[in-house]
Amino acid sequence: MEKRVVFRQTFLPYLLLAPQVLVTLVFFFWPASQALYQSVLREDAFGLSSEFIWFENFSALFAEAEYLHSLEVTALFSLAVATTAMTIALYLAVQADRVIHGAMVYKTLLIWPYAVAPAVAGVLWMFLFNPSMGIVVFALRAVGYDWNHALNGHQAMALVTVSAAWKQISYNFLFFLAGMQAIPKSLIEAAAIDGARPARRFWTIVFPLLAPTTFFLLVMNVVYAFFDTFGIIHQVTEGGPAGATNILVYKVFHDGFLGLDLGGSAAQSVVLMAIVILLTVFQFQYIERKVHY
Amino acid sequence: MAEIRFNKVYKAYGNNEVIHGVDWHIRDGEFVVIVGPSGCGKSTLLRMVAGLEVITSGEIFIGDRLVNDLEPAERDIAMVFQNYALYPHMSVFKNMAYGLKIRGLPKQEIEQRVQKAADILEIGDYLKRSPRQLSGGQRQRVAMGRAIVRQPSVFLFDEPLSNLDAKLRVQMRLEIKKLQEELGITSVYVTHDQIEAMTLGHRLMVLKDGYVEQLGTPIELYERPATSFVAGFIGSPAMSFLDAEIGEDGRQVVFEGGDRLAIAGRLSLDAGSRVTVGLRPEHLVRTEEEADSLHIKVRVVEHLGADTLIHGDFGPGKADLTIRMDGIEQIRTGETLRIKAAPEHIHIFDPETGGRID
Ligand SMILES: Nc1ncnc2c1ncn2[C@@H]1O[C@H](COP(=O)(O)OP(=O)(O)OP(=O)(O)O)[C@@H](O)[C@H]1O
Ligand SMILES: [Mg+2]
Repeated sequence: MEKRVVFRQTFLPYLLLAPQVLVTLVFFFWPASQALYQSVLREDAFGLSSEFIWFENFSALFAEAEYLHSLEVTALFSLAVATTAMTIALYLAVQADRVIHGAMVYKTLLIWPYAVAPAVAGVLWMFLFNPSMGIVVFALRAVGYDWNHALNGHQAMALVTVSAAWKQISYNFLFFLAGMQAIPKSLIEAAAIDGARPARRFWTIVFPLLAPTTFFLLVMNVVYAFFDTFGIIHQVTEGGPAGATNILVYKVFHDGFLGLDLGGSAAQSVVLMAIVILLTVFQFQYIERKVHY
Repeated sequence: MAEIRFNKVYKAYGNNEVIHGVDWHIRDGEFVVIVGPSGCGKSTLLRMVAGLEVITSGEIFIGDRLVNDLEPAERDIAMVFQNYALYPHMSVFKNMAYGLKIRGLPKQEIEQRVQKAADILEIGDYLKRSPRQLSGGQRQRVAMGRAIVRQPSVFLFDEPLSNLDAKLRVQMRLEIKKLQEELGITSVYVTHDQIEAMTLGHRLMVLKDGYVEQLGTPIELYERPATSFVAGFIGSPAMSFLDAEIGEDGRQVVFEGGDRLAIAGRLSLDAGSRVTVGLRPEHLVRTEEEADSLHIKVRVVEHLGADTLIHGDFGPGKADLTIRMDGIEQIRTGETLRIKAAPEHIHIFDPETGGRID
């Protein structure tokens, strides 16, 4: 049975929708259309004159080695963040699923990082890994490993990946745990009677049944790494050293606001928009089909 | 092939004891049924045999092995769950092959065994389908198939038919019975349906609140119920219970209002002792005699075709009494009937403990 509220007059529903529609128009459609418009213009640095140049901004973009490098960095970064955050979250969810006593405490603690703003998370990790006074750096030095992410691009990438993944673990954990608890207990018991040990039960029963969750999270994590990690990058590395952590969103900001190349930056935003749209379509296509079974 | 022995088996969840000492010996090849109302501990008992619940104290043996500390996998059992518990992401074939694959059987043998089980259960056409694409009855068969391919020494069933409609339930009941007889595998079957229990089991255990009320064959339970609980639980329509006292000579029960019935033998109870008298609806017959009969005022008449059920009020207390008569009887509501029961069909219980007296 479907239950829905039916409004007699047509006015009220529109009124109720209005705030959301307004917000979407002002903060999404307006900037998006501006970006689209700007991406086909060349503007001088003072914004005094502009010239319509078709897709020159885009062709320039894809000819630019720096941009291609940023694409590569972003791909690597988002995959690394997604894999790290999901693997750890899945492991924690498996453990939490087994806990009977005090489960609530673990769950609450594990959910906290999600409430931390990206910029704050960035600061936190930056302090831990500060080359001159970070406690982790101190510990690493004690075992003979020299840490300086301000100079070493790989270390910088590792640091932003860890910072970004750390924040996302909570979110993934919640979904994995919910997904696992939705699997009927009798399936696990049937597998146990069939002779499967815990590890085998996990890989042959639990993990395949989590496929829809895993897929959903994969897309969500990639989207997160693409767009929501700006604050972390900004705090921790500012895209450096030498562009080693200069992901696409950060480059948009950097080129547009610092480099004042508005046309080029707008073209980059448009590319990002296209990526989001693609990911979303991809997501819905597969969610509909529920993956696998 | 194996026998199962329970030796003072207790189970508690925290401080809440739910099984209070079960002793039982199930013979090799026997089909036994655990029956009782919801929440009495049937599933718990079965799951302790399966190894899905820890045994709080006592011992369970399967064959000559003490299984208390063995994993489910090591107990050589197969179980059919109420919700079937088929692996939703695997085809029917893979569902049935899963346990064999884990045991490392060669591919060819797995195929042979699955095919054979599928033939027995007539599910050969569905092997490639996913469980989602099957009806409830077909899923039930697959669940059975998954149990029999393993060729275990014990089958465990937890209300396997309760999700099926009435007609299918009767059909599957017969099939399970036939299958068990053919395979001769020791089976423990849990149900709250007394008809299922009576028709399937060689022997029954009636469980109530974690206590064993009675163990015995269906006939024993029907003819000589050990407690008023068993008496009311086994048999359909259910037995009626009436309050009475023992008559002066100990050979009669006297009801409120003065009606009396003669009983078989002489009870070692004092005259005037209070008892509960149990009468099965099918053992009550109409009579013209005034002595040795009960006067019933008819409240409701149900015509079932093959028989007629009469629900009546008895005595000043208007106690419920059900009478079953063969065929179609023209009886009107409000009429007064005189009925009697043969002495050997009168069950007498202690009103305090519910225990049988004879
Ligand atoms: N995991 C558990 N934790 C605590 N109590 C439990 C647990 N499982 C069962 N019980 C309790 O044990 C008692 C017996 O439960 P059980 O599931 O064996 O009943 P049942 O006879 O199978 O009932 P049903 O016919 O409804 O399936 C019930 O009182 C139930 O509340
Ligand atoms: Mg049960």
